[in-house]
Amino acid sequence: MTFTVPIDNGDSVRIAEEESQRTLYPYVTGTSIVAIKYKDGVLMASDMGGSYGSTLRYKNIERVKAIGKHSLLGASGEISDFQEILRYLDELTLNDNMWDDGNSLGPKEIHNYLTRVMYNRRNKLNPLWNTLVLGGVKNGKSYLGMVSMIGVSFEDDHVATGFGNHLARPILRDEWHADLSFEDGVKLLEKCMRVLLYRDRSAINKLQIAKITEEGVTVSQPYSLKTFWEFSSFHNPTAGAEGSW
Amino acid sequence: MDLNLDAPHSMGTTIIGVTYNGGVVLGADSRTSTGMYVANRASDKITQLTDNVYVCRSGSAADSQVVSDYVRYFLHQHTIQLGQPATVKVAANLIRMLAYNNKNMLQTGLIVGGWDKYEGGKIYGIPLGGTVVEQPFAIGGSGSSYLYGFFDQAWKEDMTKEEAEQLVVKAVSLAIARDGASGGVVRTVIINSEGVTRNFYPGDKLQLWHEELEPQNSLLDILNAAGPEPMAM
Repeated sequence: MTFTVPIDNGDSVRIAEEESQRTLYPYVTGTSIVAIKYKDGVLMASDMGGSYGSTLRYKNIERVKAIGKHSLLGASGEISDFQEILRYLDELTLNDNMWDDGNSLGPKEIHNYLTRVMYNRRNKLNPLWNTLVLGGVKNGKSYLGMVSMIGVSFEDDHVATGFGNHLARPILRDEWHADLSFEDGVKLLEKCMRVLLYRDRSAINKLQIAKITEEGVTVSQPYSLKTFWEFSSFHNPTAGAEGSW
Repeated sequence: MDLNLDAPHSMGTTIIGVTYNGGVVLGADSRTSTGMYVANRASDKITQLTDNVYVCRSGSAADSQVVSDYVRYFLHQHTIQLGQPATVKVAANLIRMLAYNNKNMLQTGLIVGGWDKYEGGKIYGIPLGGTVVEQPFAIGGSGSSYLYGFFDQAWKEDMTKEEAEQLVVKAVSLAIARDGASGGVVRTVIINSEGVTRNFYPGDKLQLWHEELEPQNSLLDILNAAGPEPMAM
């Protein structure tokens, strides 16, 4: 085990070497991200929860962030690792800007960079415990991709992480089509997020939807969705029961 | 019954940090346990990092002490180089750096609170794993489980200094009532533009909760209470 501490000359010193480090389990986690391509770009939805085991501990965590002018990064999984990834990307975009050559990193480049980072960490048995969704628009072309904590990476017209894979993607497979309008896209995402709210224990009712187009990134204000409980069979499910069920 | 006196010192703990209109109030209980034994019943879990930034420590006593010692050292050097007081955000980020990069070995949750001239009063929560979360109020430690509902109901924005401190004392006291790993006295630290104030609330000065009784010197006093009262003490 090594305790890593910075020393005066700018390096970090390792104290007491032993077996190599590995991340064993996450502590503060975010749940699903759902994202779709639409007519003008990409829409990405996430709730604002940070769970600590089964406790819904933090309710104001932004899990979707703008990266440069052309990309949006959403993350589920360990929040401290997501914060570290944002630091890596800050460094990447800063160094890129210093070239001052009129070029800027697009979503495809960022996705590739993240894939390399995630896969290499996986190979050292010390993963960043996240599933990342990368969406963006550059030169008129929309881009949407995903990277998992073991480095599995792909692009698609609609993606989801965690529970979203099981609950949202079937809805998206049925109802997504090319050239969705902004309104239809938002309604589709909200349909997915509502299902997740009903069926994912770690979901909270406070979400943000982010939009990225050629013009740039907008992240909506936090808001809550109405839920429906008035099915007649919900009112008195045990009415004719013998015993508990 | 196994007291397990060789268990690592752990501060079960209740720690709280609250912003108010002008600064922050930090609060904590004072119990440090080794297994089932209370190793220190009057610990001070609110530790100074700089003149204007303090940290509430929970979890492993050793881990939280060593992390705050390192950060105090770094901040001291940073203050000399900067030529002015360090900001609360810098302190929080230094804690995060140690907490995140050593996440496999450390078991400590911290609440950093202070006042600087740029942002005013700020509270940063740094749970296990090294996530940093800036919050209007933060709770931590094993006793905090009993306070989520309480704060959901009792917290409001823009409290006065007195309201904020009363809230913190009430909350720590409630947690002590239900969490075996929290106990002793309630300590608070108030930090604002004017400086730092430390306060101390011993158990007998706190409000009584459900099924708690007024402390007495002896049963005999109760029995004799029927007649004229003897001289006190």
